[in-house]
This record gives sequence, structure tokens and C-alpha cells, in this order.
Amino acid sequence: MEKFVRIEYVEQRYDTRGGPFVALRDINLDIAQGEFISLIGHSGCGKSTLLNLIAGLARPTDGVLLCAGREITGPGPDRAVVFQNHSLLPWLTCHQNVYLAVERVFGGGETPGQLKARTASALNLVGLGHAMHKLPREISGGMKQRVGIARALAIEPKVLLLDEPFGALDSLTRAQLQDELLRIVSSTHTTTIMVTHDVDEAVLLSDRIVMLTNGPAATIGDILPVGLPRPRHRIALLSDPRYTACRAAILGFLHERHTPPQAGQGGATPSYVSPSEQPESTTAS
Amino acid sequence: MNPATRPSGITLKNRWRMGARRLAGLCAGPVIGFALLLLVWKIISLRIVDIPSPESTLPAAWELFKNPFYDNGPNDLGIGWNILASLGRVALGFTLAAAVGIPLGFLIGRVQALNAVFSPVISLLRPVSPLAWLPLGLLLFQAADPAAIWAIFICSIWPMVINTADGVKRVPQDYLNVARVLNLSEWKVFTRILLPSVLPYMMTGVRLSIGTAWLVIVAAEMLTGGTGLGFWLWDEWNNLNVQNILIAVLVIGTVGLLLDLLLLALARRLDYREA
Repeated sequence: MEKFVRIEYVEQRYDTRGGPFVALRDINLDIAQGEFISLIGHSGCGKSTLLNLIAGLARPTDGVLLCAGREITGPGPDRAVVFQNHSLLPWLTCHQNVYLAVERVFGGGETPGQLKARTASALNLVGLGHAMHKLPREISGGMKQRVGIARALAIEPKVLLLDEPFGALDSLTRAQLQDELLRIVSSTHTTTIMVTHDVDEAVLLSDRIVMLTNGPAATIGDILPVGLPRPRHRIALLSDPRYTACRAAILGFLHERHTPPQAGQGGATPSYVSPSEQPESTTAS
Repeated sequence: MNPATRPSGITLKNRWRMGARRLAGLCAGPVIGFALLLLVWKIISLRIVDIPSPESTLPAAWELFKNPFYDNGPNDLGIGWNILASLGRVALGFTLAAAVGIPLGFLIGRVQALNAVFSPVISLLRPVSPLAWLPLGLLLFQAADPAAIWAIFICSIWPMVINTADGVKRVPQDYLNVARVLNLSEWKVFTRILLPSVLPYMMTGVRLSIGTAWLVIVAAEMLTGGTGLGFWLWDEWNNLNVQNILIAVLVIGTVGLLLDLLLLALARRLDYREA
């Protein structure tokens, strides 16, 4: 497996008044190019913290993160982020919001016409060609999140980072956007890391699902490879036993095995059957 | 019912009626307020002989405003000239204050070290009474007019510095994260994120500053003399023309109110939430 994103012995510690607080410890994860990874875990387990570390918005207190062979020392447009609350600039139209990103990344070598074409095609990709010149407050929450995705994809990032991208949306809109993300990522082959707390979303979209134990001092409890073939269809999957097994495995982890793996125990015994029944589905550490 | 299927005649009639009712509702408060003011004024004028009544002040005001721009030499100018003189000084002092205060506010808000250096100094200088600065201005500039402008400058700069810096500190972290992820240049961060986000706060500072400037100028002109509403008011006091003093008070209030309304309209235009 080509290791495109490498996370090695990462620890994140905060100094609080009550002494040091360890949010993450011993995080080891290798991600291949073009892979879709989901980070799942209970609220406050540090999955967004881990995503911020990959984005470079925060620096780990220990360990190292690499992207395409280079250490991540800060944020950069090679790792685009789709924020949970879309983070569109309210004084710019959808087009201007995306253009700001496109101009930054491609402005050096392309004419304004080319930059505008890129912006338009990114917005068309998410089905927002018609609402290009509207302000964020004139469009719905789902549409805003599409613009956020368009802004991230327009700069052709090496890695796409999604922080609970559909968490604030109603379930119908969420399903629609998941399908679109599935379609887009399968055509762009962008390496994607998504934070989510939605089990179905994780199974539908991911190649592998990284399950984090509860904080404090959260770490990777288990990694579940999703053996489902692509293209995937939401309805067809419902009757697929492998899909059901994946769901059961994650739910089992989240409800029973969410405590950190005990040292010296040689990894906890799985209380579920891995759908792919591969040995690599045991703990990553 | 769907608004599209509603008969348009009724809608229009209803809209007129609702509009008229809303207008009446909006006007009722101010009308009652000003009526009470006149009533109190009238009662006071009945009790105290030296205070002219509202009905005797009105013809005096008419006399003044009939020909506001006459010029009978430097000590006898029309009220229009005096208003313009005051507004001119406010404009100059305020513009200088904005030119220094707004960039300073951005720097203080953006650079933590500058904030640490300037905040205590600002806290010390801000509460100083406007007129306390006037002698210093007279000493520095050796002339009355620049000293008055100096007093406006130094008093109206603080609200702009403080509110702009506050606005910069309150720029949502989400927006700054967007800038960080994209590695935007400091110039782009300023024009695309900081400026639009800070404008509402900045305009609050500007409105407070204009208010202060207008307060200061009348007081400063009383001391420096020459032209302007403050000078005119003091001159009328020396002439014991109480009617004109009352008119001056009302004129100062009206001009201040108009300045604030003007800036409020401008602030609304610049605020991304209402644009």
C-alpha cells in the first residue's frame, strides 16, 4: 500500500488549569492515495482534533504527520477542508467564495477567464450552476454545504478533509449530498478523510473506517475495512449482508468496545465478525 | 392561502391600510415626545421671566433662517455660515482622526504585541475631557483654529480605534481558518475577510466619534471664538439674547441628529448583514 498520508505516534495534549489534558495519544495511521477514510467515534473523542492536525490548523504535541512525503507544518491548499458550518464568507456570492480559493491556487499561471471557468465548473459539479451569483444567506443549508465542497474541490487538493460535513443538515438533504459526494469522489479519486458520527454515512462512503476510543486520551480502537464494491447504491446496500455486517461491527464498537485497548492484553478480542474477515482489521497500534 | 393566488385588489388595499397604520404608529411616539418638550418649555417660560416662550422664539428663528448666509463682517455672520464653520472643523478633525484611528485599530486588533503596548495608553487617554486638550493644542499650533481641530482629533480618535480593534478581534475564527487553509496573502485576508467583517464595528466607532466631535466643537469654539455655532452661542449669551441661545441649542441638536442619521444610513449600506 502506498502511504500517501502518514500519521505516526501523534499525541495532542492541552495545558489546562487542572494540569495537562491528553486529547489524543498514540495515533498511527497510513492512508493510501485515493482512499476514502472515515473517522468515527463518540462526541468529544478528538476526531475533529485529528482532522485539524492533518489540516495543519493545529500542531501535535508529539509525533509526526506527513502528506505526500512531506511533514505537515501548517495549513495549505494541498489539504482542502470542508468545515461543518460551511464557513462561507457571507459578503461574497457563491461564485466569489469559490473564486477566492481558485484565484489563490491557480492565479499565478492562469487568466481570469480560466479561473472563472474553473470556479463555474466546480459549482456545476455540485449542481449549483444556477445559484452561482447568490449570497450565502439566500440559499439553503444544503446548498451552502455544496458551495463549501465546491470551494474545496475547485483547488484540486491532494487530500480532501471533511469535518462532519453533513452534520447540520436534515436527513433527506444529507442523503442527497452523500450520494453526490460518492459520485464526485469516484470521478476525481481524491484522497478523502471525513469525520462523522453517522454509521450509515461512514459505511456508504468509506474504504476504511477508523474507530476512535472515547476520550480523554483517545486513540484508534479499531480499523474496519469496508469490503463493499463500488459503485455503491444506497438502496441496494440495505439488503447486502456485508453492509449489515459493517454496520453491526461499528455499532458494536461504539456501544461496547469504546474503551482504549488495554496495554499488555495483546489487543482486545473482537466481539464481532469482521465482514472481510481479514487479519488487518485488528487494532492498528 | 398561497400569496400568488390572493386577489391583488384586496392585497393592495390592505397594504395601503397597513402602511398608513404603521406610519401613524411610527410617528405617534416622536410627536408626543416633542409636544411634551414644548409643554415643559412653556411651563418653565411662564415661571421664569428670563426664559422666552416657544411662541416668541419661533419668529426669532424665522428671522435667523430667513437669510442664513449674510455677511456683515467677521463678527456678524449668518447662522448658516456658523453652522458650516463648525461642520468644516468637525470634518477636518474627524477625517484626520479616522485616517489615523482606523488603521491603528486594525493593527492593534491584528497584532497582539501592539495591543499590549497601546491598550493601556488608550485606556489612560480616552477618559480625558475634550477641553483639557485645548491648551495643549493652542501651545502646539499657536492658533485657535488648529487647536479646535486638534481637540476634535484627539477626542474622536478613541472610539474608532477601540471599535475597529474590537471588530478585528471578533472576526469569526471560521473565516480566519478559511484564510489559513488557503494560505491567503495578508492583503487578501484584509480586503476579503477582515475589512467586510469589521465594517459594522468600525461604523459604530465612526458614529460614536462623530457624536463626540460634534460635542467637542461647540465647547471648543466657545473658548477659541471667531466663527462657528459655539462662538455664536457664546456671543448671543454676551448679548443676553436668550431666544437665540435656545435656537442655537436646538440647531446643535438637529445637526448632530442629522449627522448620526446620515452615518446610520451609510453603516446600513456597508453592513453585509443588511446589504
